[in-house]
Amino acid sequence: MTWLVPLPVVMPLLGAALTLMLVARPRAQRWVSLTVLSATVAVAATLLFLSSVDGPMVVEVGGWVAPLGIVLVADQLAALMLVVSAAVTLCVLVYSIGQGTADGNEETPLSVYHPTYLVLTAGVCNAFLSGDLFNLYVGFEILLVASYVLLTLGSTETRIRAGTTYVVVSLLSSLIFLVAIGLVYAATGTLNLAQLVDRLDALPDDLRLVLQGMLLLAFGIKAAVFPLSAWLPDSYPTAPAPVTAVFAGLLTKVGVYAIIRTETLLFPGGRTADLLLVVAALTMVVGILGAVAQSDVKRLLSFTLISHIGYMLFGVGLSTSLGLSAAIFYVVHHITIQTTLFLAAGLVERRGGSTALDRLGGLARLSPLLAVLFFVPALNLAGIPPFSGFLGKLGLVQAGVDDGGPLAWTLVAGGLLTSLLTLYAIARVWNLAFWRAPHPDMPDAGDTVRAARTDGAEQPDREPSPEASSGAVLPRLMIGSTAALVVLGLALTVVAGPLFDISTDAADDLLRRTPYVEAVFPGGAP
Amino acid sequence: MNPNLTYVLVVGVLFAAGVTLLLERSLTRVLMGVILLGNGANLLLLTGGRAGGPPIVGTTAEGDMSDPLPQAMVLTAIVITLGMTAFLLALAYRSWHLNGHDEVQDDVEDRRIMELADRDEGPGTADNDNGDGDGDGDPVTVPADDRTASPAGDAGRGR
Repeated sequence: MTWLVPLPVVMPLLGAALTLMLVARPRAQRWVSLTVLSATVAVAATLLFLSSVDGPMVVEVGGWVAPLGIVLVADQLAALMLVVSAAVTLCVLVYSIGQGTADGNEETPLSVYHPTYLVLTAGVCNAFLSGDLFNLYVGFEILLVASYVLLTLGSTETRIRAGTTYVVVSLLSSLIFLVAIGLVYAATGTLNLAQLVDRLDALPDDLRLVLQGMLLLAFGIKAAVFPLSAWLPDSYPTAPAPVTAVFAGLLTKVGVYAIIRTETLLFPGGRTADLLLVVAALTMVVGILGAVAQSDVKRLLSFTLISHIGYMLFGVGLSTSLGLSAAIFYVVHHITIQTTLFLAAGLVERRGGSTALDRLGGLARLSPLLAVLFFVPALNLAGIPPFSGFLGKLGLVQAGVDDGGPLAWTLVAGGLLTSLLTLYAIARVWNLAFWRAPHPDMPDAGDTVRAARTDGAEQPDREPSPEASSGAVLPRLMIGSTAALVVLGLALTVVAGPLFDISTDAADDLLRRTPYVEAVFPGGAP
Repeated sequence: MNPNLTYVLVVGVLFAAGVTLLLERSLTRVLMGVILLGNGANLLLLTGGRAGGPPIVGTTAEGDMSDPLPQAMVLTAIVITLGMTAFLLALAYRSWHLNGHDEVQDDVEDRRIMELADRDEGPGTADNDNGDGDGDGDPVTVPADDRTASPAGDAGRGR
């Protein structure tokens, strides 16, 4: 069954080519994208099942034997990431199709959207599956180049401005990664991850530390870890809602995945563990303080995104089985929830005409369904029991307490504080955008105000009928796909037990390192 | 094999010049910086492999062959850098088209929040509820000052 492994990369790439040829036929384009991504979800789920039963699955691309050729490895961690990201990309695709249809893009479609979106998916999958450092770089480049195009879609003034920062920062991180690859190759003579395990162990400690630092720096920028995170809230919010959602869900997590992979497989022993913990604490606290200061829903969510990256680093920094497994669980949870929240923010923007908190209001009454779609993932993000956010944080706190060091205790405190402040930030959005009286500038509320004013009475609180307003402005596909993600987020709570088992298995495999190496080199590394 | 000192020096100079240019505001100079950095990185990759004759069986004795892998990687990296250069050029051109210059702009929203902080007004704290806690539609009266400060576009007017 190893022929399944390359499919999550190959199918979206072929799909991208096909959709590019079908530019003149948007309907066919949509069906191709939907089919490809659904198939990717199915393949990813199969891979997860097979890898948890039989151990890591390895494919030597082009039939070249391992150290010579490139390998793709689907172990439990990679397969789990694949499943979640494929499911999320599928939901976001449906959402964007709904938005495109509603906005009348039927006649003048943004022809590059579908091919680029599929290329992005292929890049993400390639990064997850890669068993080779240079192939990981190529995967990153594929997804980054696609993301540049998606971020500057339509090339309006704000998007060009935001895109410039994003592109330059990403280019810089890619260059650092490339330089790190050059140094690793010069030092060891290989880039195969499994082969690097032994060869890096044989290097002098100082040299290893330099290599590790370079890789951490490159991945840290991509994952938006605190001192390297300033680019994110500047660039993400300007993109179209579905694009922001998929970026927020996936791109930073690919960076986190790369950190997890390299820290456990290539550089175990925790020489940077303290650094990771300090950075994790700063990321959490500084990120969430930024969120508290924001007055725009999308920017606020971008800051919570940065802040919660800290939780994942916390688990990686502890590098115990429980810590890692909670971190993996948290990645899965956060991909789903953050994407859902950004999709909900997109709906808020459609319904309220803005995402600025001081121009929103009364959405809970204007559109109760939207309120539920925002409220549930918001509480989930803040970590209210019994949602998956709570379970993930519980696991991390437990791991921190088990560790017992002063730094770990600081992190536990920081994590709880961040959780509380997340709740505060989210509650502010809820109060201002959903609970208070509708703002006069808002589309429908404004209509009622104007209608009321012509009657001579300035009463903005006349009850508009929710069904009439929400049905017209919010297309069913967009509501449906957001609801599907909300349900997926809730499902994570329901299946938390089995999911935690999988992440614990994955964490144990990561810490033992041998399953990965033996899967790539059954007879021992050359 | 010891790395060739000339290569190392050239890589250093390329990186230094690239970083300097990268810190400029003009996108065209940033682009130049990226190109220099890219070339520096490529040269560094190349330096990492063994030097020697062409790695073709039959042409060169096995011991004298150069390492073909860094060369293959450099080719890939060159292609990627080429694509990115084209994209950045397009961005710079579009920016010039829209604004008449290609300077990288400050984050508008950031500046707006800093102004709010300077005037000691928390963002979005304009609570239009009258505090009776019912959360129902109390008449919305946005203070005039708030109204002018709120739309994001206003920051562009240089308030």
